[in-house]
Amino acid sequence: MSESGSVSLDDVRRVAELASLELTVEEETRMLRDLNAILGHVAQLNEVDTSSVLPMAQASEMIGDGQTATVLRPDATKPSLDREHVMACAPETDGTFFKVPKVIER
Amino acid sequence: MTVETAETKPLSIGDIRSSIASGESKANAIAEASFEKIEARDPQIHAYLSVNRERALEQASRIDDLAAKGESLPVLAGVPVGIKDVLTIEGLPATAGSKILEGWRAPYTATAVQKLEAAGAVVLGKLNCDEFAMGSSNENSAYGPVHNPYALDRVPGGSSGGSAAAVAAGMAVATLGTDTGGSIRQPASFCGVVGILPTYGRVSRYGLIAFASSLDRVGPFTASVRDAATVLGVIAGHDPQDATSSPLPVPDYTADLDKGVAGLKLGIPSEYFAEGLDPEVRAAVERSIDQLRSAGATVKPISLPHSRYAIPTYYVIATAEASANLARFDGVRYGFRAKDANTLSSMYRRSRDLGFGAEVKRRIMLGTYALSAGYYDAYYKKAQQVRRLLTEDFLKAFAEVDAILTPTAPTPAFKLGEKVDDPVSMYLADIYTVTASLAGICGLSVPCGKSSEGLPIGLQILGKHFDEAMMLRVAQTVEALQS
Repeated sequence: MSESGSVSLDDVRRVAELASLELTVEEETRMLRDLNAILGHVAQLNEVDTSSVLPMAQASEMIGDGQTATVLRPDATKPSLDREHVMACAPETDGTFFKVPKVIER
Repeated sequence: MTVETAETKPLSIGDIRSSIASGESKANAIAEASFEKIEARDPQIHAYLSVNRERALEQASRIDDLAAKGESLPVLAGVPVGIKDVLTIEGLPATAGSKILEGWRAPYTATAVQKLEAAGAVVLGKLNCDEFAMGSSNENSAYGPVHNPYALDRVPGGSSGGSAAAVAAGMAVATLGTDTGGSIRQPASFCGVVGILPTYGRVSRYGLIAFASSLDRVGPFTASVRDAATVLGVIAGHDPQDATSSPLPVPDYTADLDKGVAGLKLGIPSEYFAEGLDPEVRAAVERSIDQLRSAGATVKPISLPHSRYAIPTYYVIATAEASANLARFDGVRYGFRAKDANTLSSMYRRSRDLGFGAEVKRRIMLGTYALSAGYYDAYYKKAQQVRRLLTEDFLKAFAEVDAILTPTAPTPAFKLGEKVDDPVSMYLADIYTVTASLAGICGLSVPCGKSSEGLPIGLQILGKHFDEAMMLRVAQTVEALQS
């Protein structure tokens, strides 16, 4: 784990880009301060020896009753949501597809 | 500043059903009375984001028709309920407390809500919450905060603040909330009501707008333990639409409520009574523990040593999962889109920047950082490893005790605005609740006293995976010993 207080403004901009967020200058400054404060707190995890510990992704891994482990559903086709219903909730559609601004500039 | 919260004893689920069955009252009149209460009180409290009178009165009329025909009534017949606005109902708004979902209407209904409605409940409306259920005070709602019915200048807790406040102020008999790190139990504690975190997999998440999928749970708020047990019995059970929902049968959660605590072993983890615990909260919780001992329980000190790492573990895992779950809000499929963007990528970024509030952005940023190249092992994998150690602490403890008792929150409700500028101090409001979230076990908060200022204090009772019946039995005893 990196040292606490080690996030730079460049890191903030890089992560914002990865997260598809466009932060204002004020937001960047505040984000830098907050992320460093939170990661400083997170650095406590370094105290714990986890060298022989498996990661835990789901609670079901830890319940040993043999019944709650992930059960896969049958692979059968069934109707999905009604297209009209879904399209009605979107900002812009042509009734069949979602419409978005131009992707390729020419 | 105080609003009278209990000038009359709140209606119980059982009373409502039997009074409708006997013809003494009508579901329609009960629903109308609920809307009158909302009109009178909600301008100060702001628990509801939307109400739907027409739909509710239709549901109530169906119950009245059944009663008129002398047919047997379903278990929640005529019970006025409210639903946290992160759960969907077909055709109705579901804002998740965010501008990015403003104007969106859900195309399907959440399983937990379907089950409530199938059991005869009357849905009054959708309840205010922190944006995408991210917060501990309800101050992160894009539609303005909820005010605590016990003291209007204080927070109701969060993120399910509207759900807790609506029950506390008599604006619903039962509500649904969601809990990812404490979002049911902590507001239940702050508002003096009962709130249940069911075991992970016990209640379907279908129709819940996802925050952190390995932690998110749906659960009830009510004024009494018995009503909470009844609602849990209705919403629990396997759902093929949620791959993580458990096929275990649902017991009758009210069956063992009155069995008492004689002979039970209750664990008290020293780590939950350390520095930072308000002295009045400590006194109320210790008084409850003494009462349980007098009622025949054996009280046993235990240790949950990794609990001290729960907050950092939680904030890495929850934000990592949130950064993935919230990627879907991009201005294409739901609600809000920034108007002035002329390329796809600027439309995505502008829509997200204008649509999300500060805390949601902070968590997306933290989660994205923790998952990004070079940091994954140091943050995300590390947190998942500590999550296992923390869960093993609970499994070891539950080999020796039937339930675990702790304070629900370190303090009573704090003042609006008190913690908004300090995310770490806000996160510490969940210090006693995030552990059960990470371990997947069940928990609840039951009122156990009041501070000298008259603010409610909650006792947290934690149970083994799928042993909701045990924690409810202990809670029923705590409640009975209060009065």
